[in-house]
Amino acid sequence: MRTICFYFQVHQPFRLKPYRFFDIGEDHHYWDDFSNRSIMRKVAQKCYLPMNALLLDLIHQYNGGFKVSFSISGTFMDQMQAYAPDVLESFQKLVATGHVELLNETFSHSLASLKSKDEFKNLVYQHQSKIKELFNGYTPKVFRNTELIYSDQIGAMVAELGYEGMLTEGAKHILGWKSPNYVYVNSIEPKLKILLKNFRLSDDIAFRFGNKAWDDFPLTTDKFVNWINAIPKEEETLNLFMDYETFGEHQWAETGIFEFMKSLPEAVFSKTDFGFSTPSEVISKIPPVGKIHVPIPISWADEERDLTAWLGNDLQDEAFDRLYDLEKLVNTIDDEEIKRDWKYLQTSDHFYYMCTKFFSDGDIHSYFSPYDSPYDAFINYMNVLSDFMIRLKEKSNLVSI
Amino acid sequence: MRVLMFGWEFPPHISGGLGTACYGLVKGLTYHNQDIIFVVPKLWGDEEPMADFVNASDVSIDYREKKFKSIWKNLTYLEVSSFLVPYLGPEEYKKFTDYAIHDRTDVDESIFSTKYEFSGKYGKNLMEEVSRYALTGAQIARDRSDFEIIHAHDWLSFPAGIAAKEISGKPLVAHVHATEFDRSGETVNQIVYDIERAGMHAADHVVAVSQLTRNTIIKKYGVPAHKVSVLHNAVLDASIIQSNFQKKVPEKIVTFLGRITFQKGPEYFVEAAKKVIDRDPNVRFVMAGSGDLLNRMIDRVAELRIATKFNFTGFLKGKDVDHMYAISDVYVMPSVSEPFGISPLEAVRHNTPVIISKQSGVAEVLTNAIKIDFWDIDAMADAIFALLHYNGISRMFKELGSEELKKLKWEHVAAKLVTVYEKTLSQKS
Repeated sequence: MRTICFYFQVHQPFRLKPYRFFDIGEDHHYWDDFSNRSIMRKVAQKCYLPMNALLLDLIHQYNGGFKVSFSISGTFMDQMQAYAPDVLESFQKLVATGHVELLNETFSHSLASLKSKDEFKNLVYQHQSKIKELFNGYTPKVFRNTELIYSDQIGAMVAELGYEGMLTEGAKHILGWKSPNYVYVNSIEPKLKILLKNFRLSDDIAFRFGNKAWDDFPLTTDKFVNWINAIPKEEETLNLFMDYETFGEHQWAETGIFEFMKSLPEAVFSKTDFGFSTPSEVISKIPPVGKIHVPIPISWADEERDLTAWLGNDLQDEAFDRLYDLEKLVNTIDDEEIKRDWKYLQTSDHFYYMCTKFFSDGDIHSYFSPYDSPYDAFINYMNVLSDFMIRLKEKSNLVSI
Repeated sequence: MRVLMFGWEFPPHISGGLGTACYGLVKGLTYHNQDIIFVVPKLWGDEEPMADFVNASDVSIDYREKKFKSIWKNLTYLEVSSFLVPYLGPEEYKKFTDYAIHDRTDVDESIFSTKYEFSGKYGKNLMEEVSRYALTGAQIARDRSDFEIIHAHDWLSFPAGIAAKEISGKPLVAHVHATEFDRSGETVNQIVYDIERAGMHAADHVVAVSQLTRNTIIKKYGVPAHKVSVLHNAVLDASIIQSNFQKKVPEKIVTFLGRITFQKGPEYFVEAAKKVIDRDPNVRFVMAGSGDLLNRMIDRVAELRIATKFNFTGFLKGKDVDHMYAISDVYVMPSVSEPFGISPLEAVRHNTPVIISKQSGVAEVLTNAIKIDFWDIDAMADAIFALLHYNGISRMFKELGSEELKKLKWEHVAAKLVTVYEKTLSQKS
């Protein structure tokens, strides 16, 4: 049987508060508790709670015939514990059904895979143990790096950590004539299976669903099922990867997104030869067709599907390099708050806010940014980092005494 | 003596240094028992009552006056709807024009009514306000005969000064606080330049805030040298400020504080910072302020990879400005062109040693400071390093600088101004 594989990215960053120059050296609390809490609560009401309830119903209704997977970032898990225990409980219920797969990533949804193997591993282990702690000893087998960032090297690193599979973007420029609807393997470590996002059908739901200017608006399950049926018979898996906040937050409830998801499984079962699987089921059931070569890292962001949403301009590169300059020093210091701040500062969102690609994807960037401009984002981050460096120096002086 | 003075703004409602200088000057003149009729486009009512204030917005114009017609004829060319905002960069300009559009009353009606509500800002209809202000100047000069001399501050009020002179026949002193060359570099606005030039030539005497500005007036505006005097600015309060505000960072702090615009030379500060940081890890640079070059400076700091040692504060006001001076170990003013530049004197009041560019008027009055060419980033870096590391110099600057400051009083400036008035009057008669 052919299969649809749903994967949802669940993530919230710890946003920085407006941190002034005069705060450096004095105020060591960097996080905007108020907005982090209120955004979490807002999205919980609009998305996490209603969508989790909807998925739980569907899983019960089809007796496990319908299934999904999540990658829940560590910062999100910390925020659930602090601000939204009700959301945590609803995720725990979903996982307890046995038809929901959890994926591993770096704890803080970081870009560490591009900079430091040691820190990358470190953050992966932290994410692992956080999942274990919150989800009854659950151990993920499949990996999903931050924002689907992937390269041959990153894949090899993930294989080394013992994972069986990994998710990434079915970017046009790496696929060429190939289809994303197969299982591939990493070109260095063939034991690592690679699942590719079908970005056309994924983005029909995630980005275009409520767009009235879109030719195919409104998107109905019938229409969507027709597109699924148009997939050539020999192509076996359809990977629909998207932000979980698609449901109710990026696409408001008024667009009918919840109704669409509610009736999609029925339409798929009755009108197609597709079923639903989790990523680890896909990689165990469907044999790979070949290697996929990704020498230069890709991601699922923006039109370019590259890293330029987070890295590449001087602001981003400076902030990123200065942050990871600190890695060695941080590791010599045994201090809970330092370790926490170090993790949270690595979250990719901070670098995303510094993106200056105003004219192509700037709209989407400014939607997600708490700052007026990338320059404001940079100044604020560097002020915080300046303070963090002062703290590190003080602590390490104590250690050496 | 009774002076009819035309300004554009007066504290507390000011957007630049012009208002502060007028305040100091009026205060000094009052000290010497001079009577001032001070005209501003818009009075707010909370100005300190140190002069006989005239609110230009309250003055009704009598159009039957024949002489006005010829003045008006000469001014109409200014009415060409000009999007000109002289003191602002493009970004601030946008903010101001947005403001001006919303704030704008109907032009035609207000122009030909007998009263005119001035905004007193540097807005979109600035040229219209400047022209209209000139008519008001004429009307005031006709209504009041109780003054002996006219004194106009900067180009905005020069047309008013000229008109008042034409009506009354009294001598005019034109006071130049900044020229178009300081504000715009070599790309001067011709209309503004023409007004400045007309004012200087119509004046019986011209006062410049520095030798530097005097040279510009002579060279670029063709004013005969004997007609131009220098009257340096002063400080309102020369006392040393003992701040309890404590620095929270371990590094020494080197500060730039001002508008981040071409005129202020921020890019030279950034380049010098890079040189110092490469040599000395124990230093932190701060750029305080905002302006149209801010983002370019941020980009450059990131590109030079010094952002953990170089912070931006954004626009500072009130107490934060004092705090910034107080925690600074060195203050740098690398202005490309600065007619005077009061901020280094503020730094001296906070016992902070200063580095100033030779291209600033303040360099003429402040002896105990390091003076460099704005473009000489090596010299700037050397000076910063020296002030941070060789305590002897900075200690000396602190002691002598505060002594010097005590000499820079508005009373002294006003006393010189009175001499200028007297000389001008005697030449006239």
